[in-house]
Amino acid sequence: MSEKKFDYFIDGKNDKWEVIIGLEVHAQVLSKSKLFSSSPTKFGAEPNTQVSLVDSAFPGMLPVINQFCVEQSVKTGLGLKAKINLNSVFDRKNYFYADLPQGYQISQYKNPIVGEGEVILDMPYGTKKIGIERLHLEQDAGKSIHDMDPENSFVDLNRSGVALMEIVSKPDLRSPEEVNSYIKKLRSIMRYLETCDGNMQEGSLRADVNVSVRKIGDKKFGTRCEIKNVNSIKFMQMAIEYEARRQVELLESGKNVNQETRLFDTKKNITRSMRSKEDAHDYRYFPDPDLLPLKLDESLINKLKKGLPELPDEKKERFIKDHNLSPYEANILVSEKEISEYYEEVIKKCDKKLATNWITVELFAVLNKKNLPISQSPVSAKNLSSLIKMITSGKISGKIAKDVFEKMQAGDKNPEDIVQKEGLTQQSNPKELEKIIDSVLSKNQDKVTQYKSGKEKLFGYFVGEVMKVSKGKANPQLVNEILKKKLH
Amino acid sequence: MSDISKFSLTEIVNGIKKKDFTSEEVTKSFIDNSKKSKKLNTYITECFEDALKSAKNFDKEKNYEGLLSGVPIAVKDLFCTKNIKTTAGSKILHNFIPTYESTVTNNLWSQGAFLLGKLNCDEFAMGSSNETSFFGSVKNPYGDKLVPGGSSGGSASALAAELTPATIGTDTGGSIRQPASFTGTVGLKPTYGRCSRWGIVAFASSLDQAGPMTKNVKDCALLLQAISGYDPKDSTSINTKVDSYSSKLTEQVKGLKIGIPKEYRVDNMPNEIDNLWKKGIDYLKDAGAIIKNISLPHTMYALPAYYIVAPAEASSNLARYDGVKYGHRAKGKNLIEMYENTRSEGFGDEVKRRILIGTYVLSSGYYDAYYLKAQKVRQLIKDDFDKAFKDVDAVLTPSTPNSAFKIGDKTDDPVSMYLNDIFTVPVNLSGLPAISVPAGHDKNNLPLGLQLIGKAFDEQTILNLSLAIEKRANFKRNYKNWWT
Repeated sequence: MSEKKFDYFIDGKNDKWEVIIGLEVHAQVLSKSKLFSSSPTKFGAEPNTQVSLVDSAFPGMLPVINQFCVEQSVKTGLGLKAKINLNSVFDRKNYFYADLPQGYQISQYKNPIVGEGEVILDMPYGTKKIGIERLHLEQDAGKSIHDMDPENSFVDLNRSGVALMEIVSKPDLRSPEEVNSYIKKLRSIMRYLETCDGNMQEGSLRADVNVSVRKIGDKKFGTRCEIKNVNSIKFMQMAIEYEARRQVELLESGKNVNQETRLFDTKKNITRSMRSKEDAHDYRYFPDPDLLPLKLDESLINKLKKGLPELPDEKKERFIKDHNLSPYEANILVSEKEISEYYEEVIKKCDKKLATNWITVELFAVLNKKNLPISQSPVSAKNLSSLIKMITSGKISGKIAKDVFEKMQAGDKNPEDIVQKEGLTQQSNPKELEKIIDSVLSKNQDKVTQYKSGKEKLFGYFVGEVMKVSKGKANPQLVNEILKKKLH
Repeated sequence: MSDISKFSLTEIVNGIKKKDFTSEEVTKSFIDNSKKSKKLNTYITECFEDALKSAKNFDKEKNYEGLLSGVPIAVKDLFCTKNIKTTAGSKILHNFIPTYESTVTNNLWSQGAFLLGKLNCDEFAMGSSNETSFFGSVKNPYGDKLVPGGSSGGSASALAAELTPATIGTDTGGSIRQPASFTGTVGLKPTYGRCSRWGIVAFASSLDQAGPMTKNVKDCALLLQAISGYDPKDSTSINTKVDSYSSKLTEQVKGLKIGIPKEYRVDNMPNEIDNLWKKGIDYLKDAGAIIKNISLPHTMYALPAYYIVAPAEASSNLARYDGVKYGHRAKGKNLIEMYENTRSEGFGDEVKRRILIGTYVLSSGYYDAYYLKAQKVRQLIKDDFDKAFKDVDAVLTPSTPNSAFKIGDKTDDPVSMYLNDIFTVPVNLSGLPAISVPAGHDKNNLPLGLQLIGKAFDEQTILNLSLAIEKRANFKRNYKNWWT
């Protein structure tokens, strides 16, 4: 495969500009209870029904760390091949807002639980390593609702205190496409680890996007702007494109980029200034005196390390090495945990290469058309496996298999039943095939003569005729063999 | 039977057990005294009817299993009490009724005690004279012009005036020991982590500790035993064995080494404080203890460090009082204005002062110079004690640099007010246990206390030493009742 070259640059009036992007991803920890209280975390509950006295900051209430959330973030750190810090500290980030009951968010500032790591991206121009700066644990805030009443705002504290992992990348991303790939890869790793469900619609995965631009060849980074709280990959990409162009226009007209926080307006598809650096909050971080420093045992980390599932990068390597798949195929199959599980279920009993083709071509076409995730596939892995086994054993032809596959989709039908009921078993009896072939040849004496005098293209015509007479059931390989013999 | 109120906690517990009197008689006796005590202004909330009900109920059921069976107890209004208004002495919580019970008060009730009422205190426990309370100053039984000390001033005054057989306070920088010293009562601040902070309105989380306030040392041991214990709901609570302090209590202190820190001999300290200290040394020598001169070189930095760390934590702890969820809410055109009006109206001057100081010392650009430096100083002060405790078993100092002062005397001079905590704050910064035991009177017949500081989780030793002093000092609360 010829590799494409990286080509995402902003064309200015005079120069070509490179876009520098760093992401702060907020991933909700997959956990039944909150970071410092035992309240449940289920999505979509009635407002203020998942709130404890701790979450609503009643006088004298104290936080107690949820050990499961700690382990989840350590697992995520291990999945990012990152350094796990045996000592980390929870700090208070102080600011006033109606949906922040304590008047501060408990977060980790100077000493996060996870340090530097990396994420590998597969881009059309090769693999690219994106550095992870850190991962820290923090509480989510509640939600203010301003559009329910003309005069009052409402507050829903269901999210208040839910555990988030903030995963900060290094400024290593260079295009919206890389951002897309990075988010998907992060999401995939966390879903393999079962540490975050990655559900962007439900807000389980959000990101702040840092964007700056520099002329190609420049070594120094430009001044960056931070676009807050973007909750879909598409919006992230649009926000980056808009923001990069805005910055290039500013710089090319001799102006400066102000370091500031911006918002992405999803109606107009533009970014708007929210507050400048001068107006930035002074969060007055200091270590939370209600919590002792978080100390981890080496033994806990080793235990979690041993319990890690095979992650996408390792799985991909194995598929390439042991299953003889191309990197492209392997990539698709490992991109989501459920796809890889489906694939591994299918190949338990059938050919790997054929399974790969069926999944990535036929099955994906169906899923795309019906807009379904693989977990809701109308054809189960087990039944797809049976179908493929019938192809390789010669019981049905590939062509028939496609018809059967179509029929299987109506309620995950067993392919063997379909084949039997509809009499679709492949004709592999040489004597019967010979009869059909003889009749086809005798009806087409003129074409046989033409073939023999060199018009070898007609071979396909004979095959087609035989298949037509056999209603597609003739074993194409045998037909080929017998025809060749007869025409010599 | 009104004499019951003269008995100590231990005598009352035993008297109820031996059926010398009923819980109802005990309760009535304290209610009678309390009803006649309005001039002292000790109560914020009276729970007399419920207390009588509990007493009658106790007399019916006669369950003598607890350490405090059948005893009514009034507590500082900083402890959240289920379905009973809890104000922390502040307007901002003047209407707050918790749906939960603090661990420490819950421990009292599970030992058979019941609530008599909620006692006045400085607003959010910020003060050394009980003058910052939204509910007015508390008076000292030793004189209607005198402060009882603070912040547990209502507790100290109620105890000394025999309105409750014992009480509990909280101590962030001296709030139990200083009022105990001012009222001639015993007050103990346990080791940080010994008692749960869960359900106590927070002032400065790394310093706050609940503790017993009692008429004598024996009661103190008993009450400490009742309230102590590990609580998984408080991450800073420590899972270590609670001693049977009262049964182990002994005045046999022969051979114990007592440190006398030279740095506690401060400028302008009245002679009578110095003399009291010398008397304390003599008492302990007489009991067979060995006196050693020691040095705690960073003592002079304790007060400034304390007045950075405590306000810093307070500024953040008090952010939750914003009018959104509970407590006082003022009107405002928008969210910010509502915040501003609520907090302006809801907090008193001293609380505002400390929020401002705390906000300032945590601000970017000042954090390193103030908060971080103060934390380093705190470590040095702790190191001083660690080093001293290699050679001695306890440290003896005066509890306060003066006796109870006049109401209004120091309200315009916060620094002179803060200086009242000079002997008590190093203990909080170090997390150590300390007790104030009454040991004498000054020339105006006002009580003075001595402070014994112990090793972490060694409350028993300072209780024993206090008992030795108590036996020898033969202190009597000799005030004249001016309020009934």
